[in-house]
Amino acid sequence: MLITLPAESQKSAHIRIALNGEHVDVSFAPYKTLLEILREDLSHTGTKHGCELGECGACAVLLEGKPVLSCLVLGVECDSRNILTVEGLGLEGHLHPLQDAFADLGAAQCGYCTPAILVTAKSLLDEHPQATRDQIRAALSGVLCRCTGYLQIFEAVEAAMVKIAEQNAAAK
Amino acid sequence: MPNQKYTPDRPAKDSQANGEELRVIGVPRRRVDARAKVTGQTRFADDIFLPRMAHCKLLRSPHPHARIRSIDASRALAHPGVYLVLTGKDLPIEYGILPVSQDEQALCVDHVRHVGDPVAAVIAREELTAFEALDLIDVDYEILTTISDPEEALATPEPRIHDYGEEGNIHKRVALEFGDVEKSFAEADEIFEDIFFYQGSTHLPIEQHAAVATKDPDGKLTIWSSTQTPHYLHRALAKVLNMPPAHIRVSATPNGGGFGGKSDPFNHEIVVAKAALLLDRPVKICLTREEVFYCHRGRHPVLMKFKTGVKKDGSITGMHLQTLIDGGGYGSYGVASTFYTGALQTTTYHIPRYRFAGCRTFTNKPPCGPKRGHGTVQPRFGQEVQLDKIAEKLKLDPAELRLRIVEAPNTVTANYLRLSTVNLSECIRRVVKISDWKEKFRKLPEGRGVGIACSAYLTGAGLAIYWNKMPHSGVQLKLDRGGGVAIFCGATEIGQGSDDVLASIVAEVLGIDTFDIRLFTGDTDLGPVDLGSYSSRVTIMAGSAALQAAERARELLAEAVAIRLEVPKEQLRFADKHVFDSVVPERRVPFHEAVCLAEARFGTIGTVGSYTPPKSPALYKGGGVGPSPTYSYTAAVVEVAVNPVTGWITVPKIWIAHDIGRALNPPLVRGQVEGSVYMGLGEALMEEQEFRRLPKKLSHALVHKFPSMLEYKSPTSLDMPEVVTELVEEPDPRGPFGAKEVGQGPLLPIMPAVANAVYDAVGVRIDEVPITPEKIMKALAEKRAGRDPRCGPSHFPHVDWPEALRVPPPWEGGDGNAVNDVPRPSKPRPEKEKVLSS
Repeated sequence: MLITLPAESQKSAHIRIALNGEHVDVSFAPYKTLLEILREDLSHTGTKHGCELGECGACAVLLEGKPVLSCLVLGVECDSRNILTVEGLGLEGHLHPLQDAFADLGAAQCGYCTPAILVTAKSLLDEHPQATRDQIRAALSGVLCRCTGYLQIFEAVEAAMVKIAEQNAAAK
Repeated sequence: MPNQKYTPDRPAKDSQANGEELRVIGVPRRRVDARAKVTGQTRFADDIFLPRMAHCKLLRSPHPHARIRSIDASRALAHPGVYLVLTGKDLPIEYGILPVSQDEQALCVDHVRHVGDPVAAVIAREELTAFEALDLIDVDYEILTTISDPEEALATPEPRIHDYGEEGNIHKRVALEFGDVEKSFAEADEIFEDIFFYQGSTHLPIEQHAAVATKDPDGKLTIWSSTQTPHYLHRALAKVLNMPPAHIRVSATPNGGGFGGKSDPFNHEIVVAKAALLLDRPVKICLTREEVFYCHRGRHPVLMKFKTGVKKDGSITGMHLQTLIDGGGYGSYGVASTFYTGALQTTTYHIPRYRFAGCRTFTNKPPCGPKRGHGTVQPRFGQEVQLDKIAEKLKLDPAELRLRIVEAPNTVTANYLRLSTVNLSECIRRVVKISDWKEKFRKLPEGRGVGIACSAYLTGAGLAIYWNKMPHSGVQLKLDRGGGVAIFCGATEIGQGSDDVLASIVAEVLGIDTFDIRLFTGDTDLGPVDLGSYSSRVTIMAGSAALQAAERARELLAEAVAIRLEVPKEQLRFADKHVFDSVVPERRVPFHEAVCLAEARFGTIGTVGSYTPPKSPALYKGGGVGPSPTYSYTAAVVEVAVNPVTGWITVPKIWIAHDIGRALNPPLVRGQVEGSVYMGLGEALMEEQEFRRLPKKLSHALVHKFPSMLEYKSPTSLDMPEVVTELVEEPDPRGPFGAKEVGQGPLLPIMPAVANAVYDAVGVRIDEVPITPEKIMKALAEKRAGRDPRCGPSHFPHVDWPEALRVPPPWEGGDGNAVNDVPRPSKPRPEKEKVLSS
C-alpha cells in the first residue's frame, strides 16, 4: 500500500542561517520551531527540551548573541540570522572556559540543562565581563536545573569569568 | 584467576588500594563524563535518531475512573502516515515493579484509573501525524465514581480501583510492634500526640521520559530508554512481550535527572518495544511535559499521627506512628513505600519501643512511588517537628536534646536494623557551630528564626525488588595491551556520577587515571546486572563490585610483575600508571607493560567482582524494608525570614553536615548535598502535586491542578539560598573506601528544619508541607485569636488495623521474629552459594 505523505511533513520552508559561525541551508516543514530544526533537521542535538512551552529554559540558544528559548522561535523567523548552540561554544578544539569550569567544579550533574545554562552564561559574560553573583543568578533564572541546587553553577561561571579575563589580558 | 570469598565487612583500611596514600579517591576531580555533558554530547534517549524511525503517541484517558466499553481505532488507522494503532488487547499481560503489585497494563484493557492512563497508541511516520490521529480514536467510557483521597477510599469500598489488595480500596495495611509501647507510655513523664500532613510532590526531571526501540537485524529487540532501572525494565519487557530475556537488550541512556521518577517499568517503554517488533522499524516516544506529570510515581501524600513518650531528660520511652498514604491509581513501589513510612524512625535516636501501622489506599490519581528519600521523608518531617515541640516543652535546646538521644553506632535497633557508623552527633555539633546556633536560636528578632533537624538514610536497600540470592551488583573488567581498562556494569548514570564512582575506584586500585578507563554501563547486554540507580545503592554496591574486580586484576598484574622485577608481590605498589617496588621505587614497569606481562602469563586479562549486602537480623514479615549495609546521617540548620504581615517566607541560609563515610569525589558529593537541599527546599516551600475537580457541568473529573512547569512551582536560581556544607568523614567499614550514601539523605532534614525555623521566627507551627505564606497567615490569625497557633490536620481517620506482628526488641530477648507469626529461621547461607565465580 502506498502511503500519502501528510502535508505538514513536506519541507516547504527554507532558510539560510549562520549556525555556530557556519552558513547552513535548511529546508523544513513550516510549522517547525528553531528547536525542532536544530535537533531534527540539522542533527544538533546538544540543545535540549524539557517542556516545549517556554517554561523550563532547557532549549536556550543564542540568537544574535542573546538567549532565546528555541522552542518559542519559529524556524521561518531565523532566516539570515546568527545562532550559537552548545556545539559552537568551544574554540579550535578547546573547551570554552565556561565548559572547563563547569566540568571541573561539578556544575553539570545530569547535564541536561547544561547546554542552555552554558550559552546563557556566555551571553551574560559577553555583556558583563565582571558580572556579580546577583547578575549571574538573575541571568540564569530562566533555566531550571533540578540536580545541582545552582550553587556550583554560579561558582563555575565566576571561575570562568576570571579565566576569560586572564586570557583577554594575555592576548593584549 | 583469584576466586576468594569477598567479605564486605572487612575494615576500611584493608580496602584502601595502596595502603597509606590515596591518589584518586577523595581528590577533587573532573568527573569522567563531564566533557560529554558540557559539550552537549551526552546522548539522551530523545537524542537518538535512527533511519526509518517512526514516532509513537499515546491516547490517554480524560476520566479519572471509568470502564472502557469499546475502542474504535479504524479512523486513526486510515489516517495517512499512520503505521499502527495498538490497544490494550495487544499487550494484555500485567506487570509492575513489585512482584506483589503486578497491576499495570501497558494500555488499559477495560479500566482506566486516573486522568492520563493510556488506552491506545498510534505509531506514525511523523510525530505530528501520530498526535493528530489520537483524535480519530473513539473510546466509549462508562464513568465510575472517582475516589480522590485516602479518606474517601476508606469510606468507599466500591467501586474498587483494583480487584486485589487488602479489601475495598485499601491496597496495603501493615502493623508492627516492637516491645510493649503502651507500657512505655505509662513510664513516660510526658506524652506528645501530633498529626502532620505531607503533601505529594513530583520529581520534575528536566528530561522528559523517552524511549527508542528497534528490532535488531537478527530479530532481537533493543530498547534505549531514560530509565534508572534497566534490569527491572528488562524483566518486565520479557514478561509482557512474552519473549526470552536473552532476546531483549535494554540500554539505559544517561538520565536527564531521575530522582526516582524513572525507576518503574513504564507503559510507553513496553508500547514502543511492541511496535518496533511488529513494524520491524525503530519506534520512538518522547513524553510531553504534561504526560510526565501523569507518569508521576512521586512523593506519596501522607497523613501521620505520632504519639511519643519521653522522660524529663528528653529520652524517648516509646513511639507509636500511624500513616495513611495516598497511593494513586497503581501499586508501583507502594507496598515498599508503606513499610518505609515506618522503617527508619529508629535509626537516628534511641527508641526502645516502637509501634508502627501504615495503610496505603488506591485513589484515582497518577500513581505515587519512590521520590528521593522514598517514603521516609514524610515521617521524618513529623518526627523532627515533634521533637522540636518536645524540646520546647522540656525547656531543652533542640540541638542539645538531639545530642542526648542519638543512637549509638554498631547497634541493632528496636526494629532490627543493624547500624554501622553513626556520626549524627558530630553532624549536629558541626551545624550548631558553623551556624552560630547558640547566638541565634530564640534570640533573633521577630520574623527571623532558625530551626534544626536531622535524618538518616539507607546506603542501598538490603533486598532486591524480587526475591533472589544473587548479587545486587556485578562488574567486569577488561585490561588490554595498551593499558586500557574497560569497565562493564549495569549501573545507570542518572547524573549522580555513578560512572565516575566506578572509574575512580578502579583507577585507585590499579594506579591509573580515571580518563584511561572506558565505561560500558546501564546496558543489560554489555555488563553484568546492577539492580539500578535507586535507594542510594550504586556507590556501595557497584562500587564494592568494582573494587573486588579491580583488586583481582591487580593481583594478576602483581604476580606477573613480581617475577619480572624479582620482588615479592606484596612489596609492589600501583600508582602514576606504573607498578613499582615500594622499597626501590625506581624499579618499576609501566602499567601497560604490566598488563602485557600478566597476559603472557595468564592469558587474556579479565576479572569480575560482585556485591551482596550483608544479611539482616530482621526476620519478621515486613523486615525486608529498611535494612541497609549502612546508613548516612545528616543534620541541618535552616534560617528563615517570615514577614508577619504577609506570611511571605524566604530562606537566606542553610548549614548542613553530612556523614558520608568518605567522599570519593568531593565536588560531586557537595553537589549531591546541595541538590538535595535544593529539592528539599522546593518541597518545604512550594512544590505540590495537587488535584482539583472540574465543575459538574463539565465532567466533574479529578484533574491535575497544574501539569506544567510554569505552575508547578520549583525553586529557580533566584530562590536558592547560601548553603554551607560540611562533610563528616569516618570511613565506614562496609563501604568501598569507607563511602556511604549522599544522594538522598541530605534532603530529609530540610523540610522539618524550615518548619522549626518558622516557629522560631513567628511562633506558629505549620504541621504541613509545603509551608506556604497562606498557611503561615492562617496560623498567625489563630495565634492572634488566642487559639492554638498552628496550621495542620486535626484528625486521623479510623483505620481497621490488623493485629500487629509483635517482635520483641533485641534488648527484650527478641530474635528478630514475630512471636505471633511463624518464625523464620536465621540460617546462614550454604558456603557454596557464597563463592563467587570469576
